[in-house]
Order: sequence, then structure tokens, then C-alpha cells
Amino acid sequence: MADDKKFGGYICTGCGIGERLDTDQLEQIALREGKMNLCRQHPMLCSAEGVQMIQDDIDNEGVNHVMIAACSRRAKVEAFNFPRVALSRANLREGVIWSRPDTEENRETTQEKADDYVRMGCAEVRFMEIPEPSGEQELNKHILVVGGGVTGMQAALEVAEAGYNATIVEKAAQLGGHMAQVYRRVPTRSPYVDPQDTQVADLVSRVMSNERITVYTNARVAQSSGAPGRFSVEIARESGETLNGSFGAIIQASGFKPYDANNLPEFAYGKTPDVVTNLELERLAREADGGPIKRPSDGKEVQAVAFVQCAGQRSDKEGHLPYCSGFCCTTSIKQAMYFKQQNPGCDTTVLFTDLRTPGAPGEDFYRAAQRKEVTFSKGEVSEVVSADGELRVKFKDLILNEDTEMTCDLVVLATGQVPNTGPDPYAAPLEAEDEEEEGGETAGEEATPQVSVSVESILNLDYRQGTDLPHLRHGFVDSHFICFPYETRRTGIYAAGPCRRPMDSAQARDDAAGAAMKAIQATVHAAWGQAVHPRAGDLSFPRFRKEGCTQCKRCTVECPFGAINEDEERYPQFNEARCRRCGTCMGACPVRVISFANYSIDTVGQQIKAVDVPDEYSEKPRILVLACENDAYPALDMAAMAGEEISPWSRVVPVRCLGSVSLSWITDSLNSGYDGVVLMGCRKDDDYQCHFVRGSAMAHERLSKVGDTLQQLNLETERVAVYEVAITDTKRAPQLINDMAKTVDEIGMSPFKF
Amino acid sequence: MSELNQQMIEQYRTRFLQEVEANVEEGEWVKMCMQCGVCSGSCPLGKHWAHPPQEIFMMIRAGKREEVLTSDSMWMCTSCYNCIVRCPRGLPITHIMHGLATYAKRLGLAPKNQPTAKFAQLFWDNLVKKGRVNELKLGLSLYFMNGFGEGIKVAMKQQAIGLGMLRTKRMNPMEVVGGHAVKDLDGFHKMIRKAQELEDARIKQNAG
Amino acid sequence: MAKREYSFYPGCSSQKGASSSNYLRSVKAMCEELDIQLNDIPDWNCCSASIGYAGGGELPRLALSARNIALSEQHNAGQEIVATCAACWLATRETSERLEEDESLFAEANQALAEAGLKLKNETPIKHMCEVLVEDIGYDEIGEKVKKPLEGIRIAGYVGCQTNRPFGIHGESYENPMYLDKLVDTLGAESIPAYEKKVQCCGGALAFSEPEKSQEMIKGIIEAAYDNGADMIVTPCPVCQMNVEVYQDQINETYGTKFKMPVVYYSTLMTVAFGRSAKDAALDGQVIPAKQLEAIANR
Repeated sequence: MADDKKFGGYICTGCGIGERLDTDQLEQIALREGKMNLCRQHPMLCSAEGVQMIQDDIDNEGVNHVMIAACSRRAKVEAFNFPRVALSRANLREGVIWSRPDTEENRETTQEKADDYVRMGCAEVRFMEIPEPSGEQELNKHILVVGGGVTGMQAALEVAEAGYNATIVEKAAQLGGHMAQVYRRVPTRSPYVDPQDTQVADLVSRVMSNERITVYTNARVAQSSGAPGRFSVEIARESGETLNGSFGAIIQASGFKPYDANNLPEFAYGKTPDVVTNLELERLAREADGGPIKRPSDGKEVQAVAFVQCAGQRSDKEGHLPYCSGFCCTTSIKQAMYFKQQNPGCDTTVLFTDLRTPGAPGEDFYRAAQRKEVTFSKGEVSEVVSADGELRVKFKDLILNEDTEMTCDLVVLATGQVPNTGPDPYAAPLEAEDEEEEGGETAGEEATPQVSVSVESILNLDYRQGTDLPHLRHGFVDSHFICFPYETRRTGIYAAGPCRRPMDSAQARDDAAGAAMKAIQATVHAAWGQAVHPRAGDLSFPRFRKEGCTQCKRCTVECPFGAINEDEERYPQFNEARCRRCGTCMGACPVRVISFANYSIDTVGQQIKAVDVPDEYSEKPRILVLACENDAYPALDMAAMAGEEISPWSRVVPVRCLGSVSLSWITDSLNSGYDGVVLMGCRKDDDYQCHFVRGSAMAHERLSKVGDTLQQLNLETERVAVYEVAITDTKRAPQLINDMAKTVDEIGMSPFKF
Repeated sequence: MSELNQQMIEQYRTRFLQEVEANVEEGEWVKMCMQCGVCSGSCPLGKHWAHPPQEIFMMIRAGKREEVLTSDSMWMCTSCYNCIVRCPRGLPITHIMHGLATYAKRLGLAPKNQPTAKFAQLFWDNLVKKGRVNELKLGLSLYFMNGFGEGIKVAMKQQAIGLGMLRTKRMNPMEVVGGHAVKDLDGFHKMIRKAQELEDARIKQNAG
Repeated sequence: MAKREYSFYPGCSSQKGASSSNYLRSVKAMCEELDIQLNDIPDWNCCSASIGYAGGGELPRLALSARNIALSEQHNAGQEIVATCAACWLATRETSERLEEDESLFAEANQALAEAGLKLKNETPIKHMCEVLVEDIGYDEIGEKVKKPLEGIRIAGYVGCQTNRPFGIHGESYENPMYLDKLVDTLGAESIPAYEKKVQCCGGALAFSEPEKSQEMIKGIIEAAYDNGADMIVTPCPVCQMNVEVYQDQINETYGTKFKMPVVYYSTLMTVAFGRSAKDAALDGQVIPAKQLEAIANR
């Protein structure tokens, strides 16, 4: 232990801690066993006075390692914020007194729990280092926007308005994307009655005249490398010219590709020009420009038009999109108005199975169309037949429950959006699929169910884990759907618009603003050497002992964010600005050489060791709980606030992510006499809630083999349990711990106690 | 063009909807139905409707003129107003059903021998005569609504009720002769006649 | 002078010798106790209820109620119109609102009224007697007048349809209105707020034209009252009262039930609770006698 560490222990006696616990005993433990250089008690440690007491020791006594024994580490974070100091928290309030009954017969076990938490807090802080920023990045106020459609243009304008520079790379010759072909858009302001100008021309002129924005059309990203704050990008232009730029962050606004309606021969698409997609109708409307819309086959003015909703969508049929594209109902309503506006007598029928009009204007706009006598009919279209100069639409009327048909001059297919994304780094190679399932040697990435449609790379990243942003489903870019919708699995690269999920142009513009703000935040955090979400502000980053590394590559393969490359000598290269600080690499490392300044094999391992494990005959088992700090740990805190009882035998250690859990912690604890181990992480499937996307899934995979270890130790496999716990599981989480106590009661104490 | 083809062309066209809008009480609301079906589920006599309100609205929009106007369904309405207060789109469904029934009857398309249609007419005739309803005469004509023989049977069945009402003085046999009436019967009749004329003129104009 | 004065629209069924003449008798006694003066609309006519639609079209029907409002505005100027019958209230208020919204209909209605020498201003609020009780007078004042609390009687408050929908009493829910229950409690009886059939349709006019279908619904209304331990049913509507009371023998015959459930008006309860005689409360008008009320009234 280095000599320049000076330890201060601080015990709060407020919130009932002083009444329920013998704090003098806690102070003695902190000093004698916890090896604190000094230890003080305070009746309300989070008060200005209490905080000042600690600050005075930092300023005058040279204390630089602080152990606070008070409330949960999730409480009073603003009060107990001491920069450039290593800090641990012993959870006496939620972790001990609030989750234990205040009765005489429980007094002893409650005090023992508190004693252990103080021992653990001291052990943790003794093995902590003070995190320092790496200094690897500078502030780079320049954002690259890939894609010059509505999303990309809006993102660039948002960036520019925030005082940053933006460069747009657009593969087409003009800005505007698909929206440039659209005649009118759904209104975005009240009254939601008539289609409005798309404002694409306005966006283009604002972008072109903004001095902070540089536009390259007929261009693509030929290569990109680096990390947030220092992305190095090569832009290739059609002319053959290549430009190099350095950017703080990247926004991918690569949009969508229209669904290929040639997959819909049952609707006579391709058989007659009078069956068109919604995007093709926009062209007809532009040509008509307010005059009568004419059908393509013979130029006859359209007197009756039918819209077929969900064409090739929300269907399991091969070649169809399984999802809802979200924009098409409102688009058909708008397009029906094109006909009504010009000719109120035109029969316009929208055949839908479920009409969905998301967004504030949706319902009003729907009603406006009904007032204009657009007919909405709940019907499932089976076939469109072209005969004798008219189209016959055959469908089942789902209200009248009958097979029927109608005739019209033009049929519009409400087809959907296919994401325009690069190849998924984790897509299983088609031919090797079977082997992959059998082998699983690589402890590797998930096999995505659907192979990506697009093959051309958009970002051409030189990352160890592939050239583009990982997908979740159906080719859309993966992002944390609940908490961090713009964050992708590549730090500092933000997806916005229809490449993230299907959406209309109004939603895309909102999305662009969100992604722009996140991109700016990422550059600033990178310059400060801090993590972005969810450990925003964290200065620690992974380090490794090179001499111990076996170059096994597990860290580079398992990092959910592709943060780790390999250097020329094939050692891991961590790229801290790309890192989210989850510690999945640390959990993966079989030789335990990876650590963070304030989170390491030792900071947790020593806590496990510090717990007093009574002998076999005491009838006091010990249960180690490794709980994810994002969901499981707060769930336990909230359970305590609600007065749920948690077993007196449990000792809870928060972890950054279940993915950071080293198997050594489990084997060490079992070897040293713990009777049970409970691990709690977040939901891990396609609808995951893991804040680090794959951490929980990785942990579950690794722990699937922990049974072998137990059998080698001749221990019952029930002694280790892994659970997915949500932040709302305030009843279930304590129950899972109490269940383990019951299990231990049934199968008996561990034979490994000394 | 064959009749069948013509019929097919009318399907899912708005012609009948427009007719309903012009001539049926509150008919301009029909197009605003969003097909949720809450009305059908809320109707106390719902199971007796061949086509509950949700279907009637769809049939109008599908151009099924004959089927709608000859339907027995609207005549099942008890005027309980449950559909009105529950409709998320605020459609005055009760009134539309009354309006459709009235319009069907005006066109002579209402089903023959529909008991509520007949009773409604009896009620109207009864009230128009004196300006106030004569419950006894209304009851008697109701019993004989389906012919004399049937009437005697119904009357016998209702005899106990009649006696109960007589005993509690809630029925007055003297109402058969004379009974309650408004004093300004002449003015009353003129007013009704004028209202009828104005309404007829409006519908005629719509047709032309 | 009476404390409150209203322009009163009694309606056909309340006339002497008509089906709810007992309703009117108890209302009159109730109003005397509450110091309410009811001034009949002179020469009022039938509202055509909700069944007249098939005979008369929209405008002739509206003209009927327009005539009543016009007469009230002419003879009882400045007084709010009050009706005791649900259908009368509904038709009158509906007319007033429809003519308010639709100018051309308003003009046509006045054209028709002109034939009878009348003119409609359409400026008069139209109230149900229950609104007068709940909003103008209030439970407290009603409670103060109670001389013989209706102790020990469990009463199911059957609000029915047209007193409740589409207008209803301000602030009450369409699905579970509570004012009858509050009134029952105020009078010292025991209410059944969870009575599940309180807004169920009784069939209305279809009790005549579709007796089987209607009686099936009426059976449910009475059955639920029995299931909730009710001694009697109270209602504000003449059609509800009549339908639920007088068909019980026929229902018993059809379904093998043994119903004998008295069905009374709120005004019956109030007149008894206010200490008036059985005759004033028109208890002799019950086809199924309300014996517990008779006992209290004769005490």
C-alpha cells in the first residue's frame, strides 16, 4: 500500500443509525480492522457542517481516501462529492437498519451486518486509487454528420446553433433525401387540417448558408478511426478527391430505403402502372402540382382511389417487413387529402386493419380527413386485379365480416421503411452458423436472428469489432430503448432518424436534435476524460498489466462497445474515450490483469475477504450478493425504504455491471466459507435493460459454467443463483436473497468455514 | 352496364353517405365513426340488433343503402343514450339511429309489421290529435295493433296490469271519451303542419 | 311568497288518471315542504318523448318542445323550466340545445310557432326536479326538513337512463351516479351505492312494443336489488317506475321468480320523511304497496 494514502473514516449517526447501532463499536472497527488513520462520528454527516468536517480533514490532515458509513451510495451524492479523493460508502441506513426489524432479538445480527459493512467500506477504499483523466483527448468542436436528408440537415443545424462546426457527407448529388421527393408533409402545427409544405427547400438553404456547416455531396465516408474527441475520418468524393478531417463525434443519419414493392405481386404492383407505392404517389402529386392527379396508365383523372395500408408490413410472410413503419397511416391520410383538396367528389378509401396515428397531430389529422369524407374501412386486402381499365380491390371487410371488393382508378400501397445501415458486426456468417452454435468457444457475440440487408458499409470504422454500428432487430441500429435512445453501441457515434427506428420527418427532426445534443456532450466529456452515460463523469478507465496479459483477446471480443482494438504487438488497446466503464473486460479477463483505478478485482475481492465469516456451529450463514448498481442495487434500496426485510446473513456488494463480475470473486467467496452467492443483473434478451447492452448477457453466459466449479469444490449447485432484476422489483429482489437464506437453511452450512 | 356491376361500383363510394348526411337527423356525424365498437358493446338490446350501430355506420360508408334502410336494427333502440355518452368520438348515435329509422319509414323502406315502428306511429298520431298523449287510447290501439283477434289476446294478458292501474287511479276509463287536450288545438295543429311542410321541402330540395 | 319559483312542465303521464299521477301528487307535497312554488306552463303539450320520432320528423318534434318553451317564456317569464318526467326534461332540453346550435332549424321552428302566434327566444334554462333538489336546495337543507327518518329501510337507487344520460346531474358519473344514494342517506334510510343496475335500461317505450326483450332487462334490475338486500327501489323516472313496478307479475310467470318489490319515487320518500300523510305521498298509487313507508307515514 502506497505511503501517500491517508484514510479517513466517517460515521453518520443520523436517520436512526445512532439509535439502532453501536457506533462507537463501528468506529473501533474502522480504526483497528479497517486501518483508517482517523475516524469521526457526526449526527448528520450530509449537513453542511458534516461535509465541512470531511473537507477540513482533506484540506488540513491530508486525507485523500474517504470511507463514509451512512446511507446508500445512491443517496446524498451531491453532498458527498469530493473531487480528487477516493471514496467508498458503507450502506448502514438502507442496507442495514431500514431492512432489518428493530427488535431485541435481531439487535445482534443487525450490529454484525453493520460491522461488516464498515469493514467492507474500509477494505474497498484501501484498495482504491484516485482516478485521473487520461488526457488522451482534446476538445474538438466539430461534428461529422453522415447523411444529408432531413435528419442530417436538422442535426447539422442544431450543432451549428450550439456553436459547433458540422460537416455533412451525403452520397447523393443533392441534399434532402427522400423528403425532397415528397409533395406536402403532415402538418406539425395546429390546426392539423391540411397538408403543409415539406420545408425541405428551407432546410437546404439554411444549411447551405450556415458558415459553420460544410457540405460534401456525392461523397461517402471511406474510413474512420479513433475515438470520441479524436475521430479521424477520410471522406471520398465522386471526383476521386479525398479529404481528411478530425471530429469530436459522429451522427449517423443514413435514413431508410423504400420497401421494394416488387415483393407484392398480389397487389398487381409491376403489372399495372396504376398501382403505386406511397412514395411514388408523391411524385404523381408533385407532377400534378395542385391540379388533378392523373393515373399513370392513360392519364385519366383519378375519380376513385384506394389506399392499402400495411402493404408488405406487419406480416410474417417471406419478403415482408415484420414491423410497423409507423408513418404510413398518417401519410395515407395526407395523401387522401391530395385528392380531396383538388376534387372533393373523388372517392378516397383507406383500407386498414389497425389505424395508428402517432404524435400530437395524428388524431386531429385523422378527424380532419374524415370531415373531408375520406372513407376509412377496416378491411384486409387480399388481391388487386387490373381489368378493363379499372382496378378491383378484393378485401375482407372486418367490421361487416364479409369478403367483398371495390373498384377504383388508382391503388396506393402504404409500404414501409427499410433501414439504411451498414453491415451488422455481429451478424452470424451464413455458412458458419451451425458451427457457431455448437462451438461457442469464443465466448463470443450473439448471433443476430436476421442477416442484414445492406452490405455496403456506411462508416468504414477500423474497429476490432467491425465497420459499422451494431443492429438490434430488422437491421435498425441498436440503442438502449428505454434510457438512452440515441446512444449506440459505439461511443461518440449517435444514430438519428429512420436508421434507428421507422419514423416520419417530424419525428426525425426531433431525433436529430437529440442526437446533436448527445454528440456535443460526448465531445465535451471526451475532452475532460470523463465517461458518457450511464457512468457520466467517471474519470476511471481500464488499465492492464501488460506483463501478465496472455493476449487471449477475450476483452477485445467481449467489450459491448467495440472500444478495445489490438496494437501492433497484439495487446489490447483500450481507447478510453470509447469506453463506458462497465468493466465487462475486467470480468472477462481470465488472468485478472485489467482494472480501474477505483474498481478492480481487489476493491471487490477485499470486501469479500473483509466480511467476518462465523464458524459452522454459529448458525449464522453468510450470503454474498453481487448486485448491479444500475437496477438491482437501487431496487434493494427502495425495498428497504418500503420496509421490506432482507436476510441478516446477506452482504451486498454493488458492481458496475454484472458483466464486470470476475469468476474469482465467486470461487474465492465459496472457498472462504460463504454459504451462498446471489448475482443480480439486468434483463438481457432482445428487449434488454442492461445499461451496458451486453454486460448482463455476458455474465449469464460465463456463469452458466459456474456449476462445474461448484461440483469441483463438492458444493451444491444451488449455492450460486443468477437473476435478472428490474429496478421495479422492490418486492422480488429481497425475496430472492431471502430465498437463498432458506436454501442454505435446507442444504446446510458450507463446509469451507475456518 | 349490368345491374350487378353498377352495384359493385357503388360499393365503398360515398353516394349513400352523402344522402344520409343530407336527409338524416345528425347524419353528418356518420363519417366521423372510428369503428371502435364501444356503441355496439354498450347497447342494452345489442344482441337483438342484426347490425349494431358500428356495423350500420360501416354499411353506410360501404354504400349498402337497401340493407341499411330496410334493416330492423335501428328499431331496437330504447333511447337509453348509453352509446352517446360512451362514444369516444362524441357521435350522437341515439339520434342517428332515430334519424335513420325515420328516414327509412319516410321512404317506405322500414320493415313491415315492425312493432316499434308501429307503436311509434300510434304514439305520434295519438299526441298530435289532442296535443297530449291519451294513455288509455294509446294502450288500446297498441293491443289491437296487430288485428282484432291478436288484440283481444294481448288485452287479456294485460288485463291484470290494467286493473292494477285502475285501482291505483293511474288509469282513467273516462279517457276513452274526450280526455286531456291542449286548449289552442287549432294553433297547435297549424304549427305541426307547418313544421312538416318545412321539413318535406328541405328533403325534396336535397333530392333535387 | 314562496322561497323558490319555477315554471313547471308536468307532462302527459302526470295528468289526472294517468300512469304517474301519483308522482305529481307526491311532488306537490314535497314542494310545499321545501317552499317551492310550481307555476304550470299554461296549455303545455306533449314532448313526443323518445318514441315519437318515427311518426314525426325532426322539425315537427322540435316544434313540440319549442312551443312549450315559448309558452313558458311568454307566461312565466324569467322562471327556469322544471320537469319531473325524464323524457319531458330530455326532449325539452335537447330541443333547446339543438336550436341553439343550428340557426336554420331555429328559424324554421319559429316559422312553425308563428302559425300558433308564438315566438321562441330560447333563453330559458331547463332543469330536472332532481337538479333543483341537488343543486338549488342541497342535501343539507333537505336533511333539515326530515321529521321522520326512514330508518331501517334499505333502498336501491335506480337512476335509469334518461335522467342520467346524455345530460345527467352536473358532476355525477354516467356509469355510477351517486345522488339518489346521497338523497336516500339524507332521508335516514340505507342506500346501496354499489347497486350494479342503477343505470341499466328498463326498455323504455319498447316495454310496449318489445315486451319480452324489455322484461328480460327489468328482471335483471329487480333481481340485483334483491341480491343487494334492498327493501324497495327508488327512481326519478315515470317510465322506469312503471316498467319496473307493474310487470313483476308477468315476469314471475315467465321466469318463475317471486318478485314483489315496491318501486317508489324520490318524492314519495321525501314526502313521508317530511312527515306528511300516506295520501300526500300518494302511497295509495303503488301497485305493489310500500308497506314500510305506509307504517312510517301512519305513525
